Amino acid sequence: MHTPTDAHAYLAAGLRLPTNGLDYTILAIYFVVVLGIGFAARRSVRTSLDFFLSGRSLPAWITGLAFISANLAATEILGMAANSAQYGAYTVHWYWIGAIPAMVFLGLVMMPFYYGSKVRSVPEFLLLRFDRGAHLLSSILFAFAAILIAGVNLYALAIVVEALLGWPQWVAIVVAGAFVLAYITLGGLSSAIYNEVLQFFVILAALIPLVVLSLKKVGGWGGLTRTLTRQHGDHFVTAWGGTGIGSANPLGANWLTIVLGLGFVLSFGYWTTNFAEVQRALSARNLSAAQRTPLIAAYPKIFIVFLVMIPGLVAAALVPNIGTSASGLQYNDAIPYLMQELLPNGVLGIAVTGLLAAFMAGMAANVSSFNTVFTNDIWAKYVVKGREDSYYVRFGRLITVIGVFASIGTAFLAASFSNIMAYLQTLFSFFNVPMFVVFIVGMFWKRASKKSGFWGLLAGTTAAMVNYFVIYKQGIVRIPTDQGANFVSAIAGFVAGAIVMFAVSLFTRPKPEEELQGLVYGTRSPGMAEPAAPGDEAWYRRPALLGWGAVVLAALCYIPFSF
Amino acid sequence: MPENSGFSEKDVQREVSDLEGRSATAARIFDLRRIIGGLFVLYGIIVTIAGVTDSQAAIDKAQGVNINLWTGIGMLLLGVFFLVWMKLRPATPPQQDGPAEERPPS
Repeated sequence: MHTPTDAHAYLAAGLRLPTNGLDYTILAIYFVVVLGIGFAARRSVRTSLDFFLSGRSLPAWITGLAFISANLAATEILGMAANSAQYGAYTVHWYWIGAIPAMVFLGLVMMPFYYGSKVRSVPEFLLLRFDRGAHLLSSILFAFAAILIAGVNLYALAIVVEALLGWPQWVAIVVAGAFVLAYITLGGLSSAIYNEVLQFFVILAALIPLVVLSLKKVGGWGGLTRTLTRQHGDHFVTAWGGTGIGSANPLGANWLTIVLGLGFVLSFGYWTTNFAEVQRALSARNLSAAQRTPLIAAYPKIFIVFLVMIPGLVAAALVPNIGTSASGLQYNDAIPYLMQELLPNGVLGIAVTGLLAAFMAGMAANVSSFNTVFTNDIWAKYVVKGREDSYYVRFGRLITVIGVFASIGTAFLAASFSNIMAYLQTLFSFFNVPMFVVFIVGMFWKRASKKSGFWGLLAGTTAAMVNYFVIYKQGIVRIPTDQGANFVSAIAGFVAGAIVMFAVSLFTRPKPEEELQGLVYGTRSPGMAEPAAPGDEAWYRRPALLGWGAVVLAALCYIPFSF
Repeated sequence: MPENSGFSEKDVQREVSDLEGRSATAARIFDLRRIIGGLFVLYGIIVTIAGVTDSQAAIDKAQGVNINLWTGIGMLLLGVFFLVWMKLRPATPPQQDGPAEERPPS
């Protein structure tokens, strides 16, 4: 999910890490392996499907870990730690209610339609279900958003690298951009996904020691909660404390906006329609593996919150005035600060490598979904149609190069105009919400007409933006924080999109039933009938069991934080 | 050679099915477990050695824990796990045989 706090990680000066040759050796080895994966994956690219979707042939454990890794970008890691330092244990909502139900819904309910219809992208599904208007609008918006987010990631990387390692910003931007460019151009999505899986383990190796040591420093979980309760009050270490409607809490949201805005609209919008995520599942080798992709990802997601929240809480306990100028530390500095305080050379190198890997993977996920949408959905459908397949592989490589250069440009722009970038990011974050309305109505209501997709998308996006930028920012309705306003805007966008789709459908002709096979709930397409692969009937691979298991586990996790 | 530009559901299914038939990923992609296993064994060895030779200052910094040693051992075990997994359950050759090509070097 988009980082709730300001993604522009302004790190305080004085966070320079005492890195030595050992740490740099560890970092260098990682960069060599990243490039090696690109070169080795190159020979697996024969068709455009290989380049953009790994030939729909990867096993579920790989796509599942890539699914979680594409989300676990460094802006998310630093941002969620910052969120915890600022708001406390409310952060768990972004994981347990703000991710798990949506991931399970994607796997169990939506994936048969996505994967079974053989679409190559999320916009392509809209093309089949609705019409070219919805398709082109969503493709163009997605392409812009992907480049923007890739650029923001790159800029955030440059700031962190400058603060931690002392490299000039432009060096970090160019080096990271060049590596991402090289491995995606060479190996396409396979090399992006393989690197994401590798990054997942490096990030764990970086965060687990940090969490163990930070807990030890504050006297364990008990010591931590005692200190925080004394400093910040009772609600700081609970999930629901102070979220009654009308009562004040630091998050500026009540249980209803948390459940509906974050848990339903924002979360479902992000996890089920963001192509940078869904693409990982579409590259799985069969329907069962595609369904299991988000479900396998759900289990680490449940527990990753501890790895990002605990450092944030510990930083808040150790530096009570974090986030104010008196401490010289920003909320975003929580993890770098603890790395500097606690990690000796060696593990420090692993942690630096993990952070850089996470930044690069966040950028790569966006670049690899951008090139797919731009080539398949924009170029091949509307610009240069009907060429041989190898042409589109060449074009995909070319547009990857252009995409990376555009992200580098965006990163430099962000460096000069960071306010505009923050504004743009908020703007695009509202785009997922109407996407989700259009999907959910289109998938469950046969009567939704061809035209309704485009107008629903447009109306929902507009409503969310108007609510945020006019009604909230101009102070027409008072909402205490940006986060709270985000949740409310998401709900507004959802409702407006749904109403407009309904109204337009009433006045336009429905799509003929035979064109909806496998796209609407209650129909089946030939792709859904494929036989199960050997071994997939094992009980631990049953999607329903995996999915409901994750939901139950997330609900159980709430218990210690609720009383 | 089908066109990559159909707009209907049938076009997309035909295109993608055809591309799946010619796809080379399943047959030629290397086993990721080898890379993860190799990298983590290497990292594990490096960090474990750092832990064994760590000065008292490094251990004091880490709250009295020899964190390099423990992390190194953990990474080593993870690496070994992936290599053993690969040994015990080697990647199955692709079921739907595309055009017979040379197998990946293993």
